[in-house]
Formats: sequence, C-alpha cells, structure tokens
Amino acid sequence: MTAAAPTSAALSLAPAARTRRRILSRTAKYVLLVIFVVVVLTPVYVLVVTSLKPPADVNPATSWGLPIRWPWEAATEGGPTGFDNWTLAWNALAPSLGRTFAMTIPAALISSMLGSMNGFVFSLWRFPHANLVFTLVLFGMFIPYQAIMTPLVQMKTTLGMPSNVVTLLIVHIIYGLPICTLIFRNYYESVPFEILEASRVDGAGMLRTFGSIILPISVPAFVVTIIWQFTSAWNDFLFAMFLSDTSGGPVSLALNNLAQGAQLSNYGASMAGALIASAPTLLVYIILGKYFVGGLMSGSVK
Amino acid sequence: MPARTRKPLSRIRSWGPPLLLVAPTIVIIAVFVYGLIAVNTQVSMTDRHSLQPATRFVGLENYFALLTEDRFLHSLWNLLIFTIVFIAGTMLFGFLWAWLLEKGVTAEGVFRSIYLFPMAVSFVASGVVWRWLLNSAEGDRASGLNRLFESMGLGFLQNPWWSDPTWGMAAIALPAVWQLAGYVMALFLAGFRGVPIELREAARMDGASEWKLYRHVIFPQLGPVALSALVIVSHMSLKVFDLIMSITKAIYQTEVPATYMWVVLTGNDYAKAATIATIMLLLAAVFIVPYLNYTNRKEREGR
Repeated sequence: MTAAAPTSAALSLAPAARTRRRILSRTAKYVLLVIFVVVVLTPVYVLVVTSLKPPADVNPATSWGLPIRWPWEAATEGGPTGFDNWTLAWNALAPSLGRTFAMTIPAALISSMLGSMNGFVFSLWRFPHANLVFTLVLFGMFIPYQAIMTPLVQMKTTLGMPSNVVTLLIVHIIYGLPICTLIFRNYYESVPFEILEASRVDGAGMLRTFGSIILPISVPAFVVTIIWQFTSAWNDFLFAMFLSDTSGGPVSLALNNLAQGAQLSNYGASMAGALIASAPTLLVYIILGKYFVGGLMSGSVK
Repeated sequence: MPARTRKPLSRIRSWGPPLLLVAPTIVIIAVFVYGLIAVNTQVSMTDRHSLQPATRFVGLENYFALLTEDRFLHSLWNLLIFTIVFIAGTMLFGFLWAWLLEKGVTAEGVFRSIYLFPMAVSFVASGVVWRWLLNSAEGDRASGLNRLFESMGLGFLQNPWWSDPTWGMAAIALPAVWQLAGYVMALFLAGFRGVPIELREAARMDGASEWKLYRHVIFPQLGPVALSALVIVSHMSLKVFDLIMSITKAIYQTEVPATYMWVVLTGNDYAKAATIATIMLLLAAVFIVPYLNYTNRKEREGR
C-alpha cells in the first residue's frame, strides 16, 4: 500500500515518527474505550455493592466503597446482613415473576407467529397496495401509546377485563404486531424469488408454500422477534401502569412499588430488586446478544 | 402479460388468500391503532372531564385551553430541554463509540456488548440506581455522583441534579443517554460497515490521510444513518415516561406531556387526557410520517 502512494503526505514523516504516532493514537483509543467502559458499568457497580450492604452500613461518606462487612462475614457475626436486602426484594418480587413469564412468553410467540404470516404476504405473496397497507401497519409501532390509552382504558372497563397480566398479554400481542411484521418482512425480502417460482410450478398453494418452504427457513427471524417481544414486554411499564395493578401486574410494577416505598436507608433492597427484575432480560442479552441487536436494528426500518 | 387477461374471479383467487392471511392483523391494527386514535380524538372534543358521560361536543376548546395553560407549556418546555440533552448525548457518544470501534479494535465485541447492554435493562430498573446517583444532597451529606465528585476533588461539579428548577430536566436526560447511546452506536457501526470498501481503497490510493479519508469520504456516507438515529431518538424522547416515573414520580418539577397525561387520566379527566395524547401524537407524526415516506421512497429506488 505504501508503494502505491509514494506522494502521500503521511509518507513525508520519518518512519520512526510515524510508528510513534500510530502507537500513540492506538493507546489513546484504548484508553478512551476503557474509560467509557468504566462509565457505562458504574451504575452496575453501585447496584451490586449497595445491594450487599446492610442498612447499618449505609452512610453517605462510604457510599461508593465496598461493603464494610461482606454479607457472608456478617452472617457469622449475626445481626442484619446484605443478604436481607435480597430476601426482602425477592419476597416483594417473587409473586410477580411467574406472572410476568406467563405474560411475556405467549405474547412473544403469538405476535411472532402472526408477524411471520404478515411478513410473508407483504414481501413474497403480495396483493394490490400491499405496500401501502404495510406502511399503515408499521405506523402503529411509532405512535406514542398515550394516543390510544384513554379509549383503551375505557374499553378495558367496559369489557370487564381484569387489571392483571391477562389484559397486558393481549395488549402486548396487539402492539407487537407492527415490529414483528417488519422484522419478518425484511428477513423474507432476502429470500430468492426462484424458490417461490419453483413451488408455484409444483402447484403448491400459498399455505403450503408458507408452511413447507418459508417457515423452515424462518428460525433466525423467529429468534429475533421472540427475543425482542420478550424483552419489550418484560420491560414495559407504561401499559402496566395504565392497565394493571400491583396485585396482578408484572414485575416492573412490583419493582417500582418496592423502590418508591424505599427510604434512603433501604436502597439496598431496591437495588437487589432491580437486579432480580433485570436478570431474565440480561441473561437473554448475554446469551443471545447477536439476535437482540438484530431486533434493535430493525427498529430503524431500513 | 397474462395477468391482464385474467378474469375477475381468478384475480380474487390470487389476491384472496394473501389478504385472508393478513386479515387478522389488518383488523386488529384498524381497530386498536386507528380506531382508538379516532375515539381518542373524539373524546378530546367533548366535555368529559369526569366519570360522568360527555354532555356535548366542544370542538377544539380543550386544545385552546391546554395550549394556553402554564402547566402544559411548562411540560412542553421540560420535554424540549430533555430532548436537546438526550439527542445531543446519544448522538455524540453513539457516534464517538462507533468511530472508535469502527476498525481494528481487539475485543471489539466485548466493548460493543458493554456499551449496548443498558438497552436490555428496563427504565424502571435503571431508575432505581439513577435515583441514587442523582441524589441532590451536597457537602457532607452528599451521596451518589455528588459524593464521587467531592472525593475526586471535583466538588465544584456538585449540583442538585433534577431538583434544580431550571436545568433539572437536563439531569433526567443523563440516564436516558446512558441507556440509549449504545443503540445509536449500533446504528452508526452498521453505517460505517456499509461504506463500500472500494471507496476507502480509492481514497487511500489518492494518498488521503486517515483524517481526510473520514472527513471527505466516510462521514458524508453516514447521512442516512444519522437521520434514522435522529428520528428514532427524537420519538423515543417524546415518549419518555418510565424513566421519569421511576426517578422522580409524577411531580410538577419534572413533568412532561406523557406524565402529565397520566396524572390527568388518573384524575378521570378523560377529555383533557385525550387532548394531551392527541398533541403528543401530532408531535410524533411530524417526525414519523416524513420518515416513513422517505424510507419507502428509498426502498422503491433501491429495487
């Protein structure tokens, strides 16, 4: 490469100076990257450390330090330990955890299934004005949900729907449809048309083509939409606030309840609770991060 | 073309099945997105300010009342400050991180995953720790970031964070930046990766320095990505609700239209809640509709 550009301005520097400059800029880059890692992870440090401090150890002066007595040390000495925070948080959140799984998993599966059918039609088996209809469906994912919340709350009352995860399950399926449709449509756009032509020649109808040719190759897109739907339903707070109550609502509501009830001295329990409530989505992110990013990027439409 | 000569019946036979397959979604979206938006707009034009049913149509009266109300204007002002800091922060850090990671970094995947991880956490959970970090106490009683500044000899940086009446909303934007800068980074990284390799090669052949390569060749290619990021981040900003509820609860100091709407609806003022919601929808549409049009057009050109 250097030989190809003999007049390059960079070449006018002596080779030694150039190497030095390159090493310097590389070092600066890594120093910056590591500083940002520290900044991004600071809240995690605070969460973990504070959750392990018994109320007696909570003191502004030492609030950034490690626990004076680690819970396992304190446990042998008797008295309250940092583990009490975790017990308290667990007791506050445990009833809602099961409900939240029962809500998020079916919501993710059902909207993904519908999304794949829609994506198939909007990309491979179109009807006239399919693009317009698709755009109209897509709009649903960009609206501020406040715009439908007042009538939705009234509708829930009129129909006598319960203030718990059952109602939220339905709501998450409905408002997850646009993004699932989008992800599947983008995914199917890359399917070669010849595959469809071949199946048409074979005389296969739409459903057979979908079921025997398209569905089997859709696994990656299903992973993306299921993860995406699971995460957004799990982390949802808006619908939970408007449509459910703490006795029947998801873990986000229970966590908020725990945190809002806490005094400064009791931050440990809220922090333990935040870690417990985040564990499922964080695990999914750590194990299946690649697919999570896939869902994220689809939010930018193209 | 044979399609032209087809009889109407066969046209129905070929359009019917795909339409039937998407029919459930079309019906659901028609009812729960467009239908409810219509009902919401209708409610916003009535006098239903309590649990009692509406007695009459009042036209745009609620809108005029709201747009001249100090409290609502205050919430819009808060939203504006939040949005400016949020957009500036996420775009700046997102771009910087993507640029740093763009090429030849050892363990790139690790850095990327760490920068992006806050996206996987809910605002409610991160609100717990940010409430602690943004504690307003200063001096001896300081904890959170104020304590950290003090112990690092940066005591002058101590401030009341979101309790500050003027700039409090800027402090609320910090957790939002923390949470979403990684997302903007992911978008920009995809943008960097999308720059054709031949362009870089050609610029290098011409003897362009590394900086000139970025300045004149690569950055101009990132325009569409920057636009996407801007639209997505702005519309997220408009929706901010969870974070504020979690850090400060619904108080006047940090009120934005989304939390104001919550307060109003829990007070059973349906018409006013619907009015706030319609204004939020209009604000979102200002960004989203042109954006959807733009991507649609681009897609058609790309075919």
